Amino acid sequence: MVATTTVRDSRVPGAPSPTTHDRLVVYRTTIGQAMKPPRFQYRDPDTLADAVALKARHGSDALILAGGQSLMPMLNMRLAAPSVVIDINGVTDLQQITRNGDVVEIGAGVRQSALETDPLIREALPLLARAVPHIGHIENRHRGTVGGSLAHADASAELPCTAVVSDAVVVLQGQNGRREVPASSFFDGFMTNACADDELVVAVRYPVTPAGAGTAFVEVARRNGDFALAAAGVIAEVDGDGRFTRLAVGVAGVASVPLRATDVEQELLGRPVDPATIEAAAKRVEAAVTTGDDIHATSAYRKHLAATVVSRAVLAAATDARNGGNR
Amino acid sequence: MTTTEHQAAAVDTETRTITLRVNGRDVSRTVETRTTLADFLRDDLDLVSVHLGCEHGVCGCCTILLDGESVRSCLMLAVQARGHEIETVESLSADQNALHPIQEAFAEEQGLQCGFCTPAMVLRCKEIIEDGKARTDDEVRHEISGILCRCTGYQNIVNAVQNASRKLGGKEAGA
Ligand SMILES: Cc1cc2nc3c(=O)[nH]c(=O)nc-3n(C[C@@H](O)[C@H](O)[C@H](O)COP(=O)(O)OP(=O)(O)OC[C@H]3O[C@@H](n4cnc5c(N)ncnc54)[C@H](O)[C@@H]3O)c2cc1C
Ligand SMILES: Cc1cc2nc3c(=O)[nH]c(=O)nc-3n(C[C@@H](O)[C@H](O)[C@H](O)COP(=O)(O)OP(=O)(O)OC[C@H]3O[C@@H](n4cnc5c(N)ncnc54)[C@H](O)[C@@H]3O)c2cc1C
Ligand code: FES
Ligand code: FES
Repeated sequence: MVATTTVRDSRVPGAPSPTTHDRLVVYRTTIGQAMKPPRFQYRDPDTLADAVALKARHGSDALILAGGQSLMPMLNMRLAAPSVVIDINGVTDLQQITRNGDVVEIGAGVRQSALETDPLIREALPLLARAVPHIGHIENRHRGTVGGSLAHADASAELPCTAVVSDAVVVLQGQNGRREVPASSFFDGFMTNACADDELVVAVRYPVTPAGAGTAFVEVARRNGDFALAAAGVIAEVDGDGRFTRLAVGVAGVASVPLRATDVEQELLGRPVDPATIEAAAKRVEAAVTTGDDIHATSAYRKHLAATVVSRAVLAAATDARNGGNR
Repeated sequence: MTTTEHQAAAVDTETRTITLRVNGRDVSRTVETRTTLADFLRDDLDLVSVHLGCEHGVCGCCTILLDGESVRSCLMLAVQARGHEIETVESLSADQNALHPIQEAFAEEQGLQCGFCTPAMVLRCKEIIEDGKARTDDEVRHEISGILCRCTGYQNIVNAVQNASRKLGGKEAGA
């Protein structure tokens, strides 16, 4: 880090002499293979109305640019070549978190990192505060948005999993107005969603977690920040006798969409919180695992992991509930 | 020519003039709207400390501070940085005859070998010390996990962050 350059570019403090730059440009042009986005028209509306109008005009030729943490890699690798890119980072209406009674509405443009620290989220939606730190790295979460993660609809992604566990509702807006789609039907296939070509995700509504409910999010990934091999999000309520009175279990990474482990939920409802009982019930999730062998894991290993994360998350959520949950 | 290149060729080159603050100085340039922030910093401003390893958000070597927060400059367009404040590691060496305490700490602890990850590591180090997130080795390891280092095995970087945190103690170390 010791600066040895003596000739410096006056334009920016600290910049080395332009010759380095000249060589780089020549090199990059010569190899001609650099990972760079294709050409597109860049549009940056200030208002939601303008964003919706642009999306309506260009339909599937246009892609929304939110946090860019999934779209920019696709552009750099030229896996996506939209003719129009609609940057919604200037639409401040999409960046609010608001509570209306028993519902918290999170705007599509809210940064993922904001969910980790926002006091309202920590109090009213503790599962989100627990799940979000598993999304990539902080440098990704500083840009990545809630709406982008939902729209991208990766089956291993944490936020879609929390939406399915929480019975959240995704709010879409198109030229014909707004509609609300339950998370369970919003994710309708491998990396696809119910958003029409002329629509945007504008918000997601989560029911406030009841006082005393416990939450847990457990994930297994190869390295810190990697997508989950398997993850489970759980909301549990336990009565004075230590029995499950409510249980919602979501699993990510094991099928083409995030799933509810309804078999596990049904088996445990009314039963006592007991590690052996939970471990046995969690095995029921294995039947729902449809992801085949891939470079990250075999299908058999994923089945094992699915049962493991479900078991751990259910026990952790029950323990959290017995300790009073978030309140 | 691939299909995507065909489609791409149909769209005209589009440029915009942007103004932003880089390392404490206002900069105004005309850029192609598809230019990434990383390429803009490297090629237009000659800030070649911004290292491109993967260009898809994984390696972290292009990390810069955008309004004080660490972000991947390969995953932003230059136009998106208009009106914002950017710091690259060059901002730490305003005084060319002295090292910044973080740089000193990296030198003392041998927190670098080839140096490819170092600008990003140093900036992230600055951010986590300011955020008061350099309390334990485990915490530091977790907080720097978004930047890959292929040389050091990380331990010396962790030591450097702790050393820098002590040097800056009180001044920058947060709550
Ligand atoms: C190294 C790395 C690791 C990652 N690890 C994880 C991880 O572990 N878990 C995880 O969940 N994610 C992970 N991600 C992806 C995550 O960071 C992204 O933030 C997220 O997938 C997309 O959100 P975004 O705001 O960045 O959206 P963008 O990248 O801007 O957009 C993603 C897609 O959604 C569309 N879109 C965006 N916003 C809207 C909207 N409002 N309405 C309609 N369509 C919209 C875009 O057109 C695009 O097709 C990782 C990314 C990287 C680079
Ligand atoms: C992060 C990192 C960690 C490392 N850790 C270790 C370690 O623990 N132990 C260890 O031993 N090494 C280590 N090395 C160095 C080792 O990996 C190198 O491969 C080795 O030192 C040099 O071999 P090379 O083939 O890469 O030579 P080069 O780097 O290509 O050349 C090294 C020097 O030898 C000269 N040279 C090369 N071949 C010939 C030849 N046939 N005739 C005459 N001159 C020649 C070159 O001109 C040059 O001066 C490390 C390297 C890195 C980057
Ligand atoms: S070059 Fe940006 S993260 Fe690797
Ligand atoms: S010092 Fe070589 S990559 Fe970190």
